Amino acid sequence: MNEAELQAWVDGRLPPDRQAAVDRYLAEHPAEAARLQAYREQNAALHGLFDDVLDAPIPDALRAPPPDALSSVGRHGPARAVPAWHRMAAMLAVAIGAGVIGGAAGWTLRGTGTDGGAGLVASGAALAALPRQAAIAHAVYTPEVKHPVEVGADQQQHLVAWLSKRLGKQLRPPQLVKQGYELVGGRLLPGDSGPVAQFMYADASGQRLTLYVSSGQKQNRDTGFRFAQEGNVGVFYWIDGSFGYALSAAVGKKELSQIANAVYEQLLPN
Amino acid sequence: MQDVHDRLLACLPRLRRYARALTGDSASADDLVQDTVERGWARIAQWRPDGDLRAWLFGIMHNLHVDQLRRAPPPAVELEDGDLPFAPPAGTLDLRDLERALQQLPAAQREVLLLVALEEMRYEDVAATLDIPLGTVMSRLSRARENLRRLMAGQPPAANLKVVK
Repeated sequence: MNEAELQAWVDGRLPPDRQAAVDRYLAEHPAEAARLQAYREQNAALHGLFDDVLDAPIPDALRAPPPDALSSVGRHGPARAVPAWHRMAAMLAVAIGAGVIGGAAGWTLRGTGTDGGAGLVASGAALAALPRQAAIAHAVYTPEVKHPVEVGADQQQHLVAWLSKRLGKQLRPPQLVKQGYELVGGRLLPGDSGPVAQFMYADASGQRLTLYVSSGQKQNRDTGFRFAQEGNVGVFYWIDGSFGYALSAAVGKKELSQIANAVYEQLLPN
Repeated sequence: MQDVHDRLLACLPRLRRYARALTGDSASADDLVQDTVERGWARIAQWRPDGDLRAWLFGIMHNLHVDQLRRAPPPAVELEDGDLPFAPPAGTLDLRDLERALQQLPAAQREVLLLVALEEMRYEDVAATLDIPLGTVMSRLSRARENLRRLMAGQPPAANLKVVK
């Protein structure tokens, strides 16, 4: 009697004639019968252990499809068929080649505190990770023509609700119209300590700006503005409670600092 | 295609049950289901409307789970013969012990056992979902059941098992 047939007997998947043959075999082999009976009890016990999950209410977050998902079913467009991660990996390779990322030679972002260093004792390594990751995310996604964001600003309500839910905080993308930047949209990214939201803005000339909002900052200590520069990408960043913010753009430090101030003011709790 | 949305929603309870049994805790299970659904929607264009949506989604969950295990392998030690972490009284089938024993199985055996015993998939569908040969499904199923039986009976498992500390 082969083992695969015995397993199929446990699951009741044998045709009747084989079922009868195994029944006869088991009648003559009590040890085997006890073994297979134990397997059947396992099946029943697993159902007893886990079936209550079937009746548990489904969280709302799982129920809603992303807004553009339904229209793309069965459409094998080349852009959609490429997984986001492959695109990201390809863009990262480009970014490394262009020297945006320090790579094996070591990360060379230079943090220069603009708060005079007063009261700033947050861990340097943890703090340095924030502008680095923000700069990488900026370098990866700002050149995207077709898919710069996952959810566009035309669906701002959904965008805000979605990212707020994933980060566990009510997010409000700042309005930067006065500074000449319109919200393009946003996306969810993986971070070291949890999900990260990236909001993207663009000005009339197409210049792009990203605001990177990361949850779960370990140092949990507020900082003043800090600035880091790599290549042509400048990053203003700060920690507020358990959230880290980083504003990245390939513009001058002075212009970026003005925008960062506007962002900071709008993010302050009312 | 509202139809696809409804069909995906209909798969959610089963995806959640499988994730719960696979990961051993509700928080990890919720995250795994959330990631599976997000990836499913992101790749919905790759799903053939005449295909089996449930098997497709379980395949996505399998890949995500494997990625997670690769990224963050749990601290584990080899279990020596006779070095069982617990020894329930013979003949009892305590459900909590069953859950602990289940988590001691290698992930590859646990997946096959759950898809067959809990999800009641056909063996061929398990092979397609996990992208492994049918013979591998049957041998993993046989080993998983025997290891589970030995663990529950307080006997040494037949093969080396990973013990998550």
